[in-house]
Amino acid sequence: MSQPFRTEKGGRIDRSQQLTFTFDGEEMQGHQGDTLASALLANGVHLVGRSFKYHRPRGILTAGSEEPNALVGVYRNGDQTPNLRATQVELYQGLEAISQNRFPSLGFDVGAVNDRLSMFFPAGFYYKTFMWPKSFWDKVYEPVIRAAAGLGKPPKNPDHDHYGNLYAHCDVLVAGSGPAGLAAALAAAETGAKVLLCDEQAEFGGSLLTEANATIDGKAPADWVADAVAKLQAMDNVTLLSRTTAFGYFAHNYIALVERVTEHLPTPDPKLPRERLWQVRAKEVVIAAGSIERPMVFPENDRPGILLAEAGRTYLNRYGVKVGHKVVVATACDTAWQAAFDLADHGVEVAAIVEMRETPPESLMSIAKARGIRVEAGCIVTGTLGRKRIKSALLGRLMTSGQVASGGQVDCDALLMSGGWTPTVSLYSQSRGKVVWDADKGAYVPGKSVQKERSVGAAKGLYGLQATLEDGYAAGEEAAKAATGKSATITYATATGGEAGDGGTLGALPHDRNASRVKAFVDYQNDVTAKDVKLAVREGMQSIEHIKRYTTTGMATDQGRLSNMNALQIASGALERPMTDVGLTTFRLPYTPTTFGVFAGVARGDFFDPVRKTPSHDWVVDNGGVFEDVGQWKRTWYFPKNGEDMHAAVARECKTVRDSVGLFDASTLGKIEVVGPDSAEFLERMYTNPWKKLAPGRCRYGLLLNDAGFITDDGVIGRLAEDRFHVTTTTGGAPSVFATMEDYLQTEWPDLDVWITSTTEQYAVAAVQGPKAREVIAPFIEGVDLSNDAFPHMSVREATFCGVPCRLFRISFTGELGFEINVPRRHGKMMWETLAKEIEKHSGTTYGTETMHVLRAEKGYIIVGQDTDGTVTPQDAGMTWAIGKKKFDFVGKRGLERPDLVADNRKQFVGLLTKDPKVKLEEGAQITTAETPATGTPAEGHVTSSYYSPALDRSIALAVVKNGHALDGKTLYVPMPEGSIPVEVTGTVFYDKEGARINV
Amino acid sequence: MLLVYCPYCGVSRPETEFSCRGEAHIARPADPSQTSDEDWVNFLYMRSNSKGVYVERWRHIHGCGRFFNAVRNTVSDEFLKFYKTGEPMPDLEELAKEAGK
Repeated sequence: MSQPFRTEKGGRIDRSQQLTFTFDGEEMQGHQGDTLASALLANGVHLVGRSFKYHRPRGILTAGSEEPNALVGVYRNGDQTPNLRATQVELYQGLEAISQNRFPSLGFDVGAVNDRLSMFFPAGFYYKTFMWPKSFWDKVYEPVIRAAAGLGKPPKNPDHDHYGNLYAHCDVLVAGSGPAGLAAALAAAETGAKVLLCDEQAEFGGSLLTEANATIDGKAPADWVADAVAKLQAMDNVTLLSRTTAFGYFAHNYIALVERVTEHLPTPDPKLPRERLWQVRAKEVVIAAGSIERPMVFPENDRPGILLAEAGRTYLNRYGVKVGHKVVVATACDTAWQAAFDLADHGVEVAAIVEMRETPPESLMSIAKARGIRVEAGCIVTGTLGRKRIKSALLGRLMTSGQVASGGQVDCDALLMSGGWTPTVSLYSQSRGKVVWDADKGAYVPGKSVQKERSVGAAKGLYGLQATLEDGYAAGEEAAKAATGKSATITYATATGGEAGDGGTLGALPHDRNASRVKAFVDYQNDVTAKDVKLAVREGMQSIEHIKRYTTTGMATDQGRLSNMNALQIASGALERPMTDVGLTTFRLPYTPTTFGVFAGVARGDFFDPVRKTPSHDWVVDNGGVFEDVGQWKRTWYFPKNGEDMHAAVARECKTVRDSVGLFDASTLGKIEVVGPDSAEFLERMYTNPWKKLAPGRCRYGLLLNDAGFITDDGVIGRLAEDRFHVTTTTGGAPSVFATMEDYLQTEWPDLDVWITSTTEQYAVAAVQGPKAREVIAPFIEGVDLSNDAFPHMSVREATFCGVPCRLFRISFTGELGFEINVPRRHGKMMWETLAKEIEKHSGTTYGTETMHVLRAEKGYIIVGQDTDGTVTPQDAGMTWAIGKKKFDFVGKRGLERPDLVADNRKQFVGLLTKDPKVKLEEGAQITTAETPATGTPAEGHVTSSYYSPALDRSIALAVVKNGHALDGKTLYVPMPEGSIPVEVTGTVFYDKEGARINV
Repeated sequence: MLLVYCPYCGVSRPETEFSCRGEAHIARPADPSQTSDEDWVNFLYMRSNSKGVYVERWRHIHGCGRFFNAVRNTVSDEFLKFYKTGEPMPDLEELAKEAGK
């Protein structure tokens, strides 16, 4: 067996299953049940990465999700997922992992020169250094920073995994399955409440899987866990989710979980998602998130081989791995002593327990003495030696003067440290609770509950196995009672051992070293030292929020769970203010890094956003049409023939429509059916135009404003009967117009007897436009006399098209004779194909949105949202004719009278003709009075629409210009980088000004 | 994600089924032509935007489509009351007091 640091026996790994994996290409062995971190440690590998900024060699520090150093990339299906915490990556046969942020190799990394040059990289380095010249930002600074700093590299290919999503409801959600969480789940489940228990680890049990010196109900803790889990599993009212992190606590007890479904499997079932998002609405939540150990802040506390004490104990008891053969334990609290004792019991040489407290508890001293362990009380570690792995620790003796005297040197190959424990208040904090300082515990603990949650056990600073269990049971009972009103008689398990003890320290430890030359790390992942925090204070940062952002302490993926308390203490010392005055940064979601994939879920590719297709879609595909996206709609842009480019195709389409006939799919237009005795009154109040006198069978252009007086939508409205209108809206405005109508109807005029229904999807619409339009539709229409006299422009009739009921409008958005035929959607394909065939007989063409735009611009018809921008009134647009001046009220009427809307100098809608007809203006280009205006000159307006007009054989443009209506014939300029373009202001109608072509 | 109660459907549903349409009880003047410029601008744009108890319009847009009103504490996001459009505004101080208990 090639695992020199594996224990002889013990641990929860399956020694019968040997697994082979590689790290940076080197093949190694581990066992089923290992994490990548425990397997690496079993092989004696501590050096697993290089640090973010200084490229210092870094090793595994923790055994949990808070791991700041051991970030690795794992290959799967030819692609690599970066920044996975080795402490969470479960080992499987053939796992392939790499280290990160090193070049050319982990052992020899040229970036490590940053460590030597660290005096040039103080806190706020970027802000101070990379300021000028401006051009250096994208050419030098950015590339250099990107290359030198950072962690893993993003994968190159699109994510080949898929992700699931589930909604769940429960009475009691328990987050965390340590002693408190398990007890809470057991108690709540016993009452019959619907319980969901989740834990981020592969196995339930939390700290109980590490605990070897205690019993629960006379059983070993891990055995009690197994029984408890079996009991919960057998209950129908309990859902157990391992490998599932509660990463976000939102309003109204809505909690997001991510379940890692396949990542631990060597050959996952491809049908299974990689991860699953659980969106849980819980009546009550029990936060049993536990606590994590704090690093001690002493110089060179970041060498590979230095771990947190409880992590060392976890590797030993849970994974059967010794962190070293000769271990120093540095501590300020009781719990780390147990790590030393457990190691000693497994035959590991404990070189010394370096205890910061002058008089450690006698009970611990006697156990140490019995095992022959050297204890250095009143001592701290003042430094470490060894570059890629710790070789020895420097000791310092704390003097009453506050000074530190050298205490010699102890050789070791690993060092375990413990600065005490920090309750994990992240979820509580996310629930918007405010943490409070508990001076006795020396910790921030959850304060008042804001939502329906309660923190239990170590998460609220309560330690000791028996106390934690009791707290868990009680909380489970209470939560179930609150959620369901039910209770049951719960038998509490009783524990022996697992005492918490006390002690702990915060902040940087004193030392006798040259302060300017040594680094004591506070935030490992972001390479923030105690010095950086002090420097930030010296440079004027007062608030912890500023210190955090200036130094980046606490901004790593653990969100400061490891570092915050130490940073806070250092800042408080530097500011000479009590810690509670310095404040605490807010813990935000996600609790641990969460993949984008799980948020995206199935909303990728075709499912990212629905695609809306019109009935002509397949025909257009078959006939080589080009689509453009208009919101969710696929609309045909143009129909190139015989290798035409867009310009040629559009010119041909325009000419054909004006000369003979064109067919256009107008199905995307919004359609609203307005029905009821008061429907005319309703439209009268909604639109600017008068509707009451509109005769059934006639149409009118309708202009819609908001109450501020600005144009928001337009469309033709046909009256089908006294009490029935067919309203059309713009394609993009359909939902908002419908919502606005509902709003006024329901909340302002509930007395009106009107129903409105969105019918956009109910009709397919074909627009047939051009001099031969009547001839094209005539063979298929029955029930209407199509003659100009009987069916004039702006009329509507109910008829049939090829025997199918239709609404036939005689309307035009081209300035030509035009019809729009509305048939039930299911007949749209038939209608389109029938008409497409028919127009060929008349040398007609199908045309797309681009031609539609050109033709309407030639006629000066506005497009709401292109020629208007939410600040244009009907007067500005030259459309006062659309306003029913005698009306008592309509939406926007009062708004139009506001002083600013009737003032001079408003931008008004005009036409522009370039002096050189070949020059086409850019849409959005600014317009000035001076040919070459001085820098800073405000524009008079801007170009809103600009096209080449085939009918005029020249460019045309529409624009909004200050006082434009008074500038007819005047010359203005459009300054462009290639030179200023002179333009003449004209009216907005360029073609067939008298409108004769429409009435034939 | 908020849990919103629709007083027409009689059910609580996630926020994504609804749309919030701003402060409630902003009545459109009955005769706008008799409204001063200042009053009209206040009607258009001025909202109390209060910190704490706030009355909002919500629409069950992906459900029954109806508008209704809700009293929400903008600090805690707690809803204190849901009621139908047209019903009078509840006594906010009273509601806040009850919620504070």
